[in-house]
Amino acid sequence: MNDLINVSASPHVRSRMSTSAIMFLVILSLLPSAVFGMIRFGFYAALLIAVCIASCVITEVVFELLMRKKVTAGDLSAVVTGLLLALNLPPSATWWMGAAGSVFAILIVKMLFGGLGQNFMNPALGGRCFLIICFAARMTDFSYDTFTGATPLAVLKEGGAVNLMDMFVGRIPGTIGEVSAIALLAGAAFLLIMGIIDFRIPLAYLLSFVLFMGTFSSPGWDMTYLAAELCGGGLMLGAFFMATDYVTSPITKTGRVIFGICCGLLTGLFRVFASSAEGVSYAIIISNLLVPLIERITVPKPFGKGGEI
Amino acid sequence: MKKCFERLYNGLVRENPTFVLMLGMCPTLAVTTSAINGVGMGLTTTAVLIMSNMIISMLRKVIPDGVRIPAFIVIIASFVTIVELCLEAYIPTLYEALGLYIPLIVVNCIILGRAESFASKDRVIYSIFDGLGMGLGFTLGLTCIGIVREILGNGTVFGFTVLPESYEPFTIFILAPGAFLVLAFLVALMNKIKLLKGKDTGVTGDCDKLCRNCPNKGCVGKSIDTEVAG
Repeated sequence: MNDLINVSASPHVRSRMSTSAIMFLVILSLLPSAVFGMIRFGFYAALLIAVCIASCVITEVVFELLMRKKVTAGDLSAVVTGLLLALNLPPSATWWMGAAGSVFAILIVKMLFGGLGQNFMNPALGGRCFLIICFAARMTDFSYDTFTGATPLAVLKEGGAVNLMDMFVGRIPGTIGEVSAIALLAGAAFLLIMGIIDFRIPLAYLLSFVLFMGTFSSPGWDMTYLAAELCGGGLMLGAFFMATDYVTSPITKTGRVIFGICCGLLTGLFRVFASSAEGVSYAIIISNLLVPLIERITVPKPFGKGGEI
Repeated sequence: MKKCFERLYNGLVRENPTFVLMLGMCPTLAVTTSAINGVGMGLTTTAVLIMSNMIISMLRKVIPDGVRIPAFIVIIASFVTIVELCLEAYIPTLYEALGLYIPLIVVNCIILGRAESFASKDRVIYSIFDGLGMGLGFTLGLTCIGIVREILGNGTVFGFTVLPESYEPFTIFILAPGAFLVLAFLVALMNKIKLLKGKDTGVTGDCDKLCRNCPNKGCVGKSIDTEVAG
């Protein structure tokens, strides 16, 4: 039948983009970093990623079966959570840490608050912070094989110098997914081109972060230092893949800019003034909690309402 | 005698201060890092509760209605001071472990709540049993939370190792967030058991038309907790 004379209830405009399609594209965009991490850190990293994804999906299915709810594991969001969590783990993390973090992320952060769309903070980051609090020493131990050394951020914190090219390509210690800035940027570019993520959040995040670091850190406006801070740690991973999570970021454009600035300033605050070298996870989680407040002050005015005469 | 046992059952199960009334959350969350701390805090509160209930019930016809809250507070504070000095003298380890939370028993809403809703209106003997029941219920709640937190966060119960050596404790459970998580899961479990038994979960659903026993009386729509919260 001709669609023009088809009478139906709203919504009338439908997108072919479904949740599972979006999640699939996010997984694709994370593949470069994941594959790089597997090559760089070997078979165990691949195993860790598999454990995290499997435990996330299993937790979601088991919870929904027990609660007699519709099983929603098919939307792939649990896979994305598991993958992101694994990319946030150091390669020396044990498999049961990955599993425990996944169960916490899906069960407590996501499902107990109502499942996809209702969680108040990014599940993967919630899982990561749970693990950081529980196993602080293991989570910040980035040694693997015979190679040991401080992460570039820790070196910078001590006032040392780092090789920028190594950081860009990924020849540095760090978590499985964060080491290669170039692989992350490739995935982020893919997401931006496909229109999956909004450029406002990462742009506001990175810009406000650079401004903060330039103003308040001791090296100041030193370009090498700022570039190293940008490539180092989980900043790229956080700015492009975690802060842009649909559920836990604001809806309006202004709100997204404010949200990005919150993330950037908090990350800078933690990196410069806090005792640990990294602060991306906590910065994003705290900004997630601010989202309802940001939404409240950025309610768009309906057309024709208010205005000056 | 029947009413005495009814008061005990009421405090321990039906209106358990921790899992049903959700009163006294401040010590519940703060001191339950280990089972022994939970027991210590619970019994200390029980002692204060029994004595303050007794005295308030004895003086219930003497205290003018207009100044009853200050009068209750003075009585409660006296007993808290006595208990605090006794703890410091005879059980210094527990005194050290509970620290600031012993003087804070004064503002524990269970104690003022029971004084206000029961002891100031009922006979001395029932008030004593009401205090005993509520205190033991509080002790039960704190001990449960303390045991779970100590097992998960430290691998021990009352200081004895129960989990194998290979278990790496989830430190979060003996930190503040763990208190909220464990409390939430235990309350959920409690409500689930009640649902399975076919009983109502909330206090308001438990209304037996005896309003003087109802902790929510006089404040329809808001909990007494908001008035005297510790």
